[in-house]
Formats: sequence, structure tokens, C-alpha cells
Amino acid sequence: MVSFFDYAIEILPEMLSGAWVTLQLSVVCITVGIFFGMILGVARVYSSKFIYWIVTAYVEFLRGTPCLLQLFFIYYGLGDMGLLLKPILAAGIALGINTSVYQAEYFRGAIQSIKPGQMVAARSMGLSKWKSIRYVILPQALRLVIPSSSNEIIYMFKYTSVAFAVGVPELLAQADLTGAMNFRYFESYVVAAIIYTIMVFAVAKIMSTIEKKVTIPGLQLAQ
Amino acid sequence: MSTILEVKHLTKKFDDNEVLKDVSFELKKGETLAVIGSSGSGKSTLLRCLNHLSPPDSGQILLEGVNINTPEIDINSIRADMGFVFQDFNLFTHLNILENVMFGPLRVRGLSKKQARQIAAAEIKRVGMIDKIDSYPAQLSGGQQQRISIARALALKPKLILFDEPTSALDPELTGEVLSVMTALANEGMTAIVVTHEMGFARSVADKVIFIDQGLIVEQGEPKIMFATPRHERTRLFLSNFVRLE
Repeated sequence: MVSFFDYAIEILPEMLSGAWVTLQLSVVCITVGIFFGMILGVARVYSSKFIYWIVTAYVEFLRGTPCLLQLFFIYYGLGDMGLLLKPILAAGIALGINTSVYQAEYFRGAIQSIKPGQMVAARSMGLSKWKSIRYVILPQALRLVIPSSSNEIIYMFKYTSVAFAVGVPELLAQADLTGAMNFRYFESYVVAAIIYTIMVFAVAKIMSTIEKKVTIPGLQLAQ
Repeated sequence: MSTILEVKHLTKKFDDNEVLKDVSFELKKGETLAVIGSSGSGKSTLLRCLNHLSPPDSGQILLEGVNINTPEIDINSIRADMGFVFQDFNLFTHLNILENVMFGPLRVRGLSKKQARQIAAAEIKRVGMIDKIDSYPAQLSGGQQQRISIARALALKPKLILFDEPTSALDPELTGEVLSVMTALANEGMTAIVVTHEMGFARSVADKVIFIDQGLIVEQGEPKIMFATPRHERTRLFLSNFVRLE
């Protein structure tokens, strides 16, 4: 039996291809999550009562159901109805939608922490409500949201592993596969864990670098 | 001089509380109008009614002869023509000083970045802050922030500027720099309405003073005459508080 180190080297190509899928899936989900999270967050603060209730119901519904159920619904459930999606696409949609409602709540918090005077000042200059949101509220909210949003991004990065359940060959799936082929689950999972940790560490580092880079004196959440 | 603003029978209620009762006055181009009165008298509400930050219930507001208190009017274009300076400055936190003053020309007037920068630099120079162009609002004193917020209003090239207690949030030693910027503007012929507790400014800089009490204009006229010989008992009482302190 080869040593752990040699085994790790041996399975590295498969594991790295899994990590690459994990990375791609994460980037898609996180981008979708932030984009729709921002829109939903703005809608929850600024839209009419009617849209507010629709968005609130949507957010609460998605927060109230397990992510795995949402994934199965989109992959198997919609598949049953004739809408067959590729596993990676189904996972991207399900996880992206799932994370967007959490991002929405972080955006809502960030927007509500901005002093009302900022909006009033923009409106007093003759800017429309939507332009005020675009040029005054969002640039501030995007900065204020980074710390809490980063947590969700890191969480999502790891949570892409549920895509394994619909057969996406991401990192956990690869660990399982190599473990099964070689009857060495223990080592395969350890290698996967190490790769996850390194990737998450890198993501955290990137987020804190971004946070420092875009920071503006006087614009941060009260500590 | 031509009349730039004419307010006729303006009223405003918050629930059952009548904050403005039949307010009428007019303002000529280049005049500085000081609005004085005790806290809660309705003076800030009057200012906010003029640009519909707080829409009035009834009455007419004629800006260069056109009634702007109708639903058909495009309030955004009216607001762009009426600069507003807030008590607590409200500079845009995420923008530096140059970007704050460029904001109006760029985002509201739709000018190019280059044109906006030129206008902004000139207005920042006018309020004596050109060395702070790269700073952020939080790095400035209250007086400096207020001077920049005046520059931000000026950069829109408004027809008149509304000042809502511009020195009330400042430490006493910082009010002077803001008042001197405002005095310079008045002397250059900027039309302005200034809601203020600075009686010295009202008396020596304003062309006209309005005294408001409980939502009513009690007295209006030339400051020197009103301060020396108030016609109404309430005006006399209000002014006597300041005389005693001075």
C-alpha cells in the first residue's frame, strides 16, 4: 500500500478537476446570488407595497426550505415535468437562487443602515429615485455589505458540494469516486478537505483585500 | 429686479397639525431672504415645501411666473434649479470632495466628466476648499463640509438656493466660515432663502426678513427696520431674546 503522500499525488489530477468544477460552480452561484440579492434587497426597501410582499414571500419561502430540496426540485422535479437540465446547470440555478435570498437580506440590512439624508440629498438635487439608488445608495450598500456577504460567499463555496447529489463531478464527488475506486475513502476525504480549506482561505483573503481596497473613510457599519 | 419666486397662500398639515397657514411672500432676483422664528414655527417646513421634499397641501409656488405646485410639473427639474443646503450637510459619504461637487453637473445635468470637473473645481475654489479636493467628507470639519455642500448646490447653477439652518449643527467657532461664504454669495447676487437663527446674518446680510410664528408670517420687511422697530408684539418678544444675549 502506497503512503498517504504518494496516494494524494496519485489522485491529485482527479481531485483538481473536481476543485475546478467546484470553483466554476461557486463563481456562477455567487455571481447570480449577489446580482439577484442586490435586486431583491433594493426591492424590499424601495419598491411598492405589492412588490414588497411578493419579494418578501419569495425570500421567506426560499429561506424556509432546504437547499437540497430546492436542488432536487429543479433537477428531478422539473425533469419529471419535461424540463431536463444538465446537472451542473440545475445546480447553478438552485444554489444561485438559494444564496440570492440570503444576500438579499444582507443587502437590505446594508441599505437600511445608510443615513436617510443621503437619499434626501440626492432627491433634493433633482435626481430620480432610481438614479439616486443607482448612484448614491448602491455604491454605499455594496461596500457596507462586504463583511456579511463574504460569510455567505464562503458558505456557498463549500455548499456547492450538495451538487454531488445530482451527479456534478465537483470536488466532493471526485473524493468519493477516487475513494471508492481505491477503497481509500479516508485519504480521499482528507485530500478534499485540504483542497477545500486552501480554496476557502484564498476566497477569504480575496474578500478582505477587496474590502480594504474599496474602503472609504467614514463609510462603514458601526462596530 | 424681476420677481423670481412668488408664494401664494401656501398651507401644510401634518395629520391635524397645521404647520403652515396661508403663507405668502415674494422674492426678487438677487435678493437674500432670511426666515426667522422659534423652533417648530414652520420655517424649515416652508423651505421643504418649496422644492416638494415635503409637498404642500395647497397654495401656489410661482417660480419665474410658473406655478410649480401642480401635479403636472416635473419636480426633478425644478429641484435641480433650487439648490438645497441641509443643516447636517448630507454630503455623499462614498464620494470625495471633487466627486461630491461634480455629482450635480454629471448625474443631474448630464454634462461630460470634463465639464463637470471644471464646474466643480471652480465652485470648490469659490468656497475656499481647493486644497481638500481629494478628501472624503468624514475627514473634514463640520464647517468645511457645509462649505462643500454649498459648492455642491452651486454646481447645479440653480436659480436660487434654499439654506435650511446651515449653521445650526456647527460648533460656534465654525459658523463664521460658513456665514462668510454665504455673505459673499449674497454680495455676488445669488438669490437665496435662508432659514436661520443667526440674527447678525439676518440683520446685516439679508435684503428682507420674514418672521414666522406658529405657521403664520407675523411680519415681513427690511431687516434694519424690523430689528429696530418690530411692529408686532410677538416679533418684539422673539427679537428681544437675541438682543439680551448679544
